[in-house]
Amino acid sequence: MDFPILSVIIFSPLVGMLVIMLLNKERHQLITWVSTLISLIPLALSCILWAYYDSSTAAMQFTERYTWIPSLSIQYFLGVDGLSVPMIFLTALLSTVSLLISFHIKERVKEYFAFFLLLECGMLGVFGALDFFLFYVFWEIMLVPMYFLIGVWGGPRKEYAAIKFFLFTLFGSVFMLVGILALYLSSTPHTLDMLELIKQGPAFAHGLQVVVWFFFFLAFAIKVPIFPFHTWLPDAHVEAPTAVSIILAGVLLKMGAYGFLRISFPMLPYGTNYFAPMLAILGVISIIYGALVSMAQKDLKKLVAYSSVSHMGFCMLGMSVFFISTEGSPHITALAGCYYQMFSHGLITGAMFLLVGVLYDRAHTREIAAFGGLGVKLPVFTAIMVTFSMASLGLPGMSGFIAEFMVFIGAFAKYKVLTGIAVIGVVLTAGYILRMVQRIFLGEFNTKWDHLTEINARETIAVVPLLILTVLLGVLPSLLLGQISATLENIVFLVVR
Amino acid sequence: MLEYSWIIPVLPLAAFLVILLFTRENRSLSAALSITAIAIGFVYATLLLFRQIGDNTIFEMKYGWIVFPTIEIQIGILVDSLTTVMLMVVTIVSLLVQIYSIGYMHGDPRYSRFFSYLSLFTFAMLGLVMANNYFMLLIFWELVGLTSYLLIGFWFEKKTASDAGKKAFITTRIGDFGFGIGICMLGLYFGTFNYLDVFHMAEHSVVPAGILTLTGILLFCGAIGKSAQFPLHVWLPDAMEGPTPVSALIHAATMVAAGVYMVARSMAIFASSPDAAVVVAWIGIITALLAATIALTQNDIKRILAYSTVSQLGYMIMALGLGSFTAGTLHLMTHGFFKASLFLCAGSVIHAIHTNDIQFMGGLRRKTPITFWSMLIASLSIAGIFPLSGFWSKDEIIAATAGHPVFKVLTLLVAFMTAFYMFRLIFLTFFGEPRDRKAYDHAHESPKTMTTPLIILSVLSICAGWVAIPWLHKGYSMFAYYHEPHHAHAHWDVMITSTIVAGAGILLAWLVYQKKLISADMIARKFKRLYTLSFRKFYFDEIYDAIIIKPILGFADYLWGFDNGLIDGIVNGLASFTLWLSRVKLWFDLHIIDGIVNGLGYSIWGIGAIIRQFQTGRVQFYGVIIMVGIVLMLVIRIV
Repeated sequence: MDFPILSVIIFSPLVGMLVIMLLNKERHQLITWVSTLISLIPLALSCILWAYYDSSTAAMQFTERYTWIPSLSIQYFLGVDGLSVPMIFLTALLSTVSLLISFHIKERVKEYFAFFLLLECGMLGVFGALDFFLFYVFWEIMLVPMYFLIGVWGGPRKEYAAIKFFLFTLFGSVFMLVGILALYLSSTPHTLDMLELIKQGPAFAHGLQVVVWFFFFLAFAIKVPIFPFHTWLPDAHVEAPTAVSIILAGVLLKMGAYGFLRISFPMLPYGTNYFAPMLAILGVISIIYGALVSMAQKDLKKLVAYSSVSHMGFCMLGMSVFFISTEGSPHITALAGCYYQMFSHGLITGAMFLLVGVLYDRAHTREIAAFGGLGVKLPVFTAIMVTFSMASLGLPGMSGFIAEFMVFIGAFAKYKVLTGIAVIGVVLTAGYILRMVQRIFLGEFNTKWDHLTEINARETIAVVPLLILTVLLGVLPSLLLGQISATLENIVFLVVR
Repeated sequence: MLEYSWIIPVLPLAAFLVILLFTRENRSLSAALSITAIAIGFVYATLLLFRQIGDNTIFEMKYGWIVFPTIEIQIGILVDSLTTVMLMVVTIVSLLVQIYSIGYMHGDPRYSRFFSYLSLFTFAMLGLVMANNYFMLLIFWELVGLTSYLLIGFWFEKKTASDAGKKAFITTRIGDFGFGIGICMLGLYFGTFNYLDVFHMAEHSVVPAGILTLTGILLFCGAIGKSAQFPLHVWLPDAMEGPTPVSALIHAATMVAAGVYMVARSMAIFASSPDAAVVVAWIGIITALLAATIALTQNDIKRILAYSTVSQLGYMIMALGLGSFTAGTLHLMTHGFFKASLFLCAGSVIHAIHTNDIQFMGGLRRKTPITFWSMLIASLSIAGIFPLSGFWSKDEIIAATAGHPVFKVLTLLVAFMTAFYMFRLIFLTFFGEPRDRKAYDHAHESPKTMTTPLIILSVLSICAGWVAIPWLHKGYSMFAYYHEPHHAHAHWDVMITSTIVAGAGILLAWLVYQKKLISADMIARKFKRLYTLSFRKFYFDEIYDAIIIKPILGFADYLWGFDNGLIDGIVNGLASFTLWLSRVKLWFDLHIIDGIVNGLGYSIWGIGAIIRQFQTGRVQFYGVIIMVGIVLMLVIRIV
């Protein structure tokens, strides 16, 4: 295909940002609508990408390659495989959803939407870049709008949260940069081409692999986040405006996991094998720890934030198990579960944050104990929220169940005790989710909330696609598994070599 | 016909979706849809049953659902004799309960929603019994758990109801913890979840015995949760907070039997692993005994029945653990009918008198004759009186204990207690003088939609067990069996003993509660400790609250403090440290570095200031200096 679909997907939000900047800043409605409509471009194109992507092979597709800075052999190199196609779609989808839920923004509207579109460009770029320099540029581009979106439009402690988020991530990025430079200097000839580096992967000295792997680990573990690098997350999630929470949970956390699978695993096979047990252990700690801390939360948004720590723990546990069976077939069950969890968590937790935001807009509080019996007053909202709560606790028929059980079945082959402990997480999750549901929606109606209005049409339109996908992926797992299997098999071969 | 048997579960699913999305506003249409779907399912299931009786072969249909290089998860259906028996129980009871609900839920503002939930449940339960592999079983297993949660908490404004729903879900999930790991064991050591493949491997010792035993016990954990076995039985009595039709359908006849079904289905595993089977049998009898003991002293009509359910499920589990597939599944079926009948009767009583407490009932047989007769029949059946259904299935269970004297004695003891507490209930509810005159005067028989199901279930409570009459040429044991079909034998000794035991139980209840020859209060006072223990349900809830729930919540709070204090403290500490460091550097800059720079400046300035003293620009001063200099030089020269 000659049409540079990836470039268009990645840069259309950037063009959109420029358009927004040309608009009159008083025309709030116009700005909001234009940005929402612009975000439909990458969404539509990512659907096309999904449809035309050839899932039978692990090779990079839709590649675009131009020399950029020849003296340093830096290229403008884009391409997608099974790892990135679903993530690009998820990013585009959640961006549109987030913009739809941003209609209540009333101050500095123009800047808000401009920053948002810049953020989208950065996120899409991370999933499309195949040159390390380009990757790093996109990775850092995201930080700036994120910082402002939290710091300007956030809650009461927004400055603290924004700075914390920024410094945490920057801390990781610095190590990543060192890692990138180390790989650049160790490769012969020096290259920043990720595919080339993957080819040279096994040739890197073991000591170097271990050190560089750990540097990348710091960068990605902060993003995921893995215990004990997670404390930026509750603050950032809670203080951020709803739309930004959706993006944080739905996309930014996935970048950590994506980074492991795209960079650490294939480029540093020795390092990966060396550290895999640590990933499993930290994953299981995150599962149990996140669930227990969620249980203690009094603020609804914080509960959802900590549940992310727990849910991404499943992802890490799944990621840590890869081997080739005695018959020579790659064991991708756990990895597929990991990836499934990435996607599914994006949908479910994205929707949870959206719904928390809907409630907060009306009630101006997120304190769980302040509610009660909302099921009587808001039947539709309750139905949607309870459905997603059930999805979050891993109910069959929803995507989360498939993800968790693939992780369990896959990881059990290698870590029996750890997987057993992880399964306890499912019980704890049921505990804190049902407690939350009960205290907010069930019981006697608190007449204080008589003024609350039902979820409106726009908000419903924003959440329904997530609902449909969550159920669809719970019933027809092959929709997503078909896209990723070949790529994951390839990754297993690359790591085990 | 078999190829299309998947429509049995799919129809209720369709009904659920249609009600949810389109007919919420139209109450009677919602009910009609739901009932039509299950009615068609019932007819289809009947046809399947007759086909199965004619040709007792296994039919399996399967597709790959999640296919990996190392493992395949299938979606499919399996129809054999056990499936058809289960289908009959589920469709009949569902159909009758739904018809009953028309009257019972009449006037409830969430009427349509109730029927949509019932349809969803029926879908999940039918899917559960038709699945062809353990993974599908797990899926439907969790789905029935969801609908149970939704229906227990159907009147969610009541705190007790929403508490009970939550408790049910979480308690069964604890069992599912083991079940989930059991599924992982299957995946790892068997490499498949398909029933027939797993059974084949279990029977041919393809996997080591230890693994097989562990897998069996882990899977059984799921049954402990779902079928409310000791020590996870605590959720079922609380589940009675749900509407009574729900108690009848889900928490008596069908869903709670899912655990029994799973053990029966997995008979190949337990038959090949005697150690796992022993665990199953002991859990079963302990549960049966424990629950029967508690049922003796309860006053809430539905709770008595709930403990009775737990106890009877324990019976079935025990029979399966002792290796009698036929006894376990037969009792599952007969119990499904008479227990559903008992619950629906209880609902009818509550409907009439608006209380659950049997202490405030009495004499109701005159006011609600149909309910009375139905309940009497069902009670005789559960007590095991000839020739009702329960007699035949209970005898099978007692016969299964042959060669295990401890089990036999305990089983008979439970049978005695069952007869006693059931007739305590009957006498206190329907006989004697009304103890709450006002409520009694207002009491009335339920409408036809409610009494018709009672009559049908009464017939089933009498006749359903006849399929197992030993003298039949082709009885139940020739149809539903594990391994080989076998002719049932007439166990005269068992029949006589069980009848005597049941009769004694009824007689004692009659003496205490009808004739009042023995005072119940006096017995309670005499055995105060035992009475309190039974009345307070052996303090399971209190103990669990103290040793599990409170510690977990406390630990959660502690961890939250840890997260906020230590982990985030380190982060903030690092930040503060950096800030402090920068302040130190600032001070250093200001005072030391700048100090040196400024100091240099100052010293030069100071030196300059001193030196400047000499450059006053006054000629006289210079002249004086010159003079002093000359004098000094002269002095030096001379000296």
